[in-house]
Amino acid sequence: MAGYTPLTDGDRQRMLELLGLGSEEELLETIPDGLRLDRPLAMDDGLPEAEVFERLAALAGANRPPDSEPSFLGAGMYDHYVPAIVDAITSRSEFLTPYTPYQPEVSQGGLQAMFEFQTAMSELTGLPVSNAGLYEGPSAAAAAAYLALGATGRSRVLVSRGLHPHAREVLRTHAAGFGCEVVEVGLEDGQTDRAALEEAIDGETAVVILQSPNFLGSIEDVEALSTRAREAGALVAVSVDPMTLGILKPPGECGADIAFGEGQPLGNRLDFGGPSFAFFCAKEEHLRRMPGRIAGETEDADGRRGFVLALQTREQHIRREKATSNICTSQALNALAATIHLSWLGRSGIVELGTLLARRTAAARERISALPGFESLHDAPVVREFAVRSIEVPVADLRAGGDPSGPRLRVYPLGRDYPEYEDSFLVALTEKRTPADVDWLVSSLEASAERAKGSEGGAGSRAIPEPAILRRAS
Amino acid sequence: MNGPGPATETPQQADRAKTIYEKSVPGRRAAQLPEDGGGPALDELIPSKLLREEPPGLPEVSEPEIVRHYNRLSRRNYDLDTGLYPLGSCTMKYNPRLNERVAALPGHAGLHPASDDGEVQGALELMYLLEGALAEVCGLPHVSLQPSAGSQGELAGLLLTRAYHDDRGRSPGKVLTPDTAHGTNPASVAMAGYEAVKVATDPNGGVDLDDLKAKLDDDVACLMLTNPNTLGLFDENIAEIASLVHEVDGLLYYDGANLNAIMGLARPGDMGFDIVHVNLHKSFSQPHGGGGPGSGPIAVSEAVEPFLPVPRVVRSGSEQDPVFELDHDRPLSIGRLRGFQGNFGVFVRSYAYILSLGGDGLKEASTRAVLNANYLKRRLADGRAGKYLPIGFDRPCMHEFVLSGAPLKKELGLKTLDLAKRLLDHGFHPPTVYFPQLVDEAVMIEPVETESVETLDAFADAIEEILEEAERDPSIAADAPYTTPVRRLDEVRATREPVLRQPVGSSA
Repeated sequence: MAGYTPLTDGDRQRMLELLGLGSEEELLETIPDGLRLDRPLAMDDGLPEAEVFERLAALAGANRPPDSEPSFLGAGMYDHYVPAIVDAITSRSEFLTPYTPYQPEVSQGGLQAMFEFQTAMSELTGLPVSNAGLYEGPSAAAAAAYLALGATGRSRVLVSRGLHPHAREVLRTHAAGFGCEVVEVGLEDGQTDRAALEEAIDGETAVVILQSPNFLGSIEDVEALSTRAREAGALVAVSVDPMTLGILKPPGECGADIAFGEGQPLGNRLDFGGPSFAFFCAKEEHLRRMPGRIAGETEDADGRRGFVLALQTREQHIRREKATSNICTSQALNALAATIHLSWLGRSGIVELGTLLARRTAAARERISALPGFESLHDAPVVREFAVRSIEVPVADLRAGGDPSGPRLRVYPLGRDYPEYEDSFLVALTEKRTPADVDWLVSSLEASAERAKGSEGGAGSRAIPEPAILRRAS
Repeated sequence: MNGPGPATETPQQADRAKTIYEKSVPGRRAAQLPEDGGGPALDELIPSKLLREEPPGLPEVSEPEIVRHYNRLSRRNYDLDTGLYPLGSCTMKYNPRLNERVAALPGHAGLHPASDDGEVQGALELMYLLEGALAEVCGLPHVSLQPSAGSQGELAGLLLTRAYHDDRGRSPGKVLTPDTAHGTNPASVAMAGYEAVKVATDPNGGVDLDDLKAKLDDDVACLMLTNPNTLGLFDENIAEIASLVHEVDGLLYYDGANLNAIMGLARPGDMGFDIVHVNLHKSFSQPHGGGGPGSGPIAVSEAVEPFLPVPRVVRSGSEQDPVFELDHDRPLSIGRLRGFQGNFGVFVRSYAYILSLGGDGLKEASTRAVLNANYLKRRLADGRAGKYLPIGFDRPCMHEFVLSGAPLKKELGLKTLDLAKRLLDHGFHPPTVYFPQLVDEAVMIEPVETESVETLDAFADAIEEILEEAERDPSIAADAPYTTPVRRLDEVRATREPVLRQPVGSSA
């Protein structure tokens, strides 16, 4: 087994002598007979480090390599470039291995990073109060609902069908415990159906939960959608993509009470879906109902500036069943990665990146929707992701390079979550997807459609441009 | 070690806590983005009413300044790679660097979670293998890796409890938790829509059977326990407790925070538990990251399995040529708890850890954690520690133990908090303090198996030295710490007059 336990036979002898015991077994007699496991665990014995590495590398190798061809998968998690300094800083022992900062005098680094994170998220969302992070985007929707149910004393949650399908599922899972009703409002031309939403708002509505850009990529007019909810005394919570907030009007300026979202695009790798983090920001009046950790500024005994976990009286370790949430992890390391990435992008970089995404996405959308056999699912404005209908070819038959035996194109099939959009898919861009990658996608779609139509000599002889990702590798 | 007296500033203290926003200079930048090749103005693409008018007030700093800033911040943290972290109930064991290396392999780290199952067979197999290992350690056949943390595992367990009873046409309303329970237990109970009812602790440190019997009725959905409990004591009545709860059709939930005491020695499933959550960031070595990420998989019995969250990893195909899939079609499932499949990066680390230790190593880890705890407990039973910090319940402990600082307070006027702060000056992270609430001025110590006997001795010596110093002059500890980047902080002020962000730009 691994050398992670320092005690030698001699050490153990000495320790047992002090305890007046002959063996470690005697210590374990506190476990009653019949409950002691009388056999070894049915697992292999421990392996040397090099063999463990080989086993894990083999499992990694059993996946189709992420860079084997360009990916246009998004659906809430995006393949952005993570600057090298993020890895360099987050892998430092001082950030990687501490516990939650319960002893603030020796946790100033982590606490100040939380304070800086809260500042960044507050700036991005335009809301004054941010916590230090929650688990990930979809479960933050449940946290928003829990806050709103408590704040209003009401029992209905209205949710746009444009909210991430996982977030809607999470809300339904939690509703059984929260004792609330979750009502969904449909989409109209890619955006939340405003008339249906206003119709659905009633005196029991605690909160309206929207997403912008929504799951189909459309920017929602949050301001217009919030009006009726505010009049009816309901809160408005909006899930947002932080990478779009350099250019889009922040939710705090659109009448939102709460803004939350998946933080992965900021400095976090894809990791097959986690760990990442969620951010959660709100108006001042909701401060004492916020879930999770919050860092605050204070002074030490000598009058020096310092940081501590603030407002801990909201939290489970003090309030127990009256706590504002059971959540006691802030995904601190993931939030730190975001803080570093945002410092790296800076005030101008976040705007430039948003602009780049909007331009490249608009160009790609225009080209793809002009292809025979494809059209835009909706005409709403988008930033970095858009929905396409495939008129001729089932989405599952869209293949890399158009080769019917090739791998499926890495686009998101909307039929997974929306039976009404069975024939549609999402295309997501990041700054890593070059114009040449988009050329490759366009050609692959074109060739897939042509093949499906059985057109002779077309796709077969067609020269598909190599994706930039492969040119770099060769 | 520096003594008390005039506070001479250490170099760390001299780095006044300037935030990155206060180091911002207009015009500076770090990022170089790809050429965007020009294109239409933004308001030609997006209606201007949806656009932002002013850029967000992020800092303007160069890359070297960012690196220097965060490196300086890092030096203001204490961390497990530097020293002992004996936080009771937190299992601060060594985080092997191998695990970071394998988690970062592009074949793991670069996988998009929405990939077709066929593209991610290695990842699904890894999840399947980890589920199998956790099932064996817990003694329960079915595992979901989905919960993001222990507290989400608890909530999942309670929602499973609700679904289980619903399916049987029952709707009990109460969940019992011992008065020694972690605070997350009652908080999760409330979020799951149950009423939390406390059960008393008996003089032996276990569940008070009479009180339990008095509170058990048809309205009890579940009893949440950890065993060993938060006093570090194995509840010898667990078999009887389980049968009492099962007699009223209640379920038994195991809070896995203390699993590090019993791996390969005893199994929650064999004790009669129906649902268990496991903290991969405790027993299975995921680094804590200063407050996450973690992961809180749940293991359950056959009877609870139909209700597990979706998606589940399922295996089909032949023995030689298995096929793994994510199964979303589970009609009785409680549904999703979070996005995608769970904290996969944590799964990779924990699976690497399990392969490194193996079944024999896991058992050895728990055995040595118990030996270390009993050794340190014995060391602290002598001398001044024995006098001022007596053990709460004096019988052999498992992986942790709880001392009471009540005599220290009475005799020398020092709080447990003062002792904790003075330990910082000796270079040690203090134990968990003021928990469990059952013990007056509690000091909860978990020394874990990855600590050497020399470290435990040094810790015991430091406590003795602090107490000896306190007999001479208690004001030294009362004003500690002295050598840390900042001295004792005013936590009340941070809550009464909250300052939760740096004012910048238009908000300044």
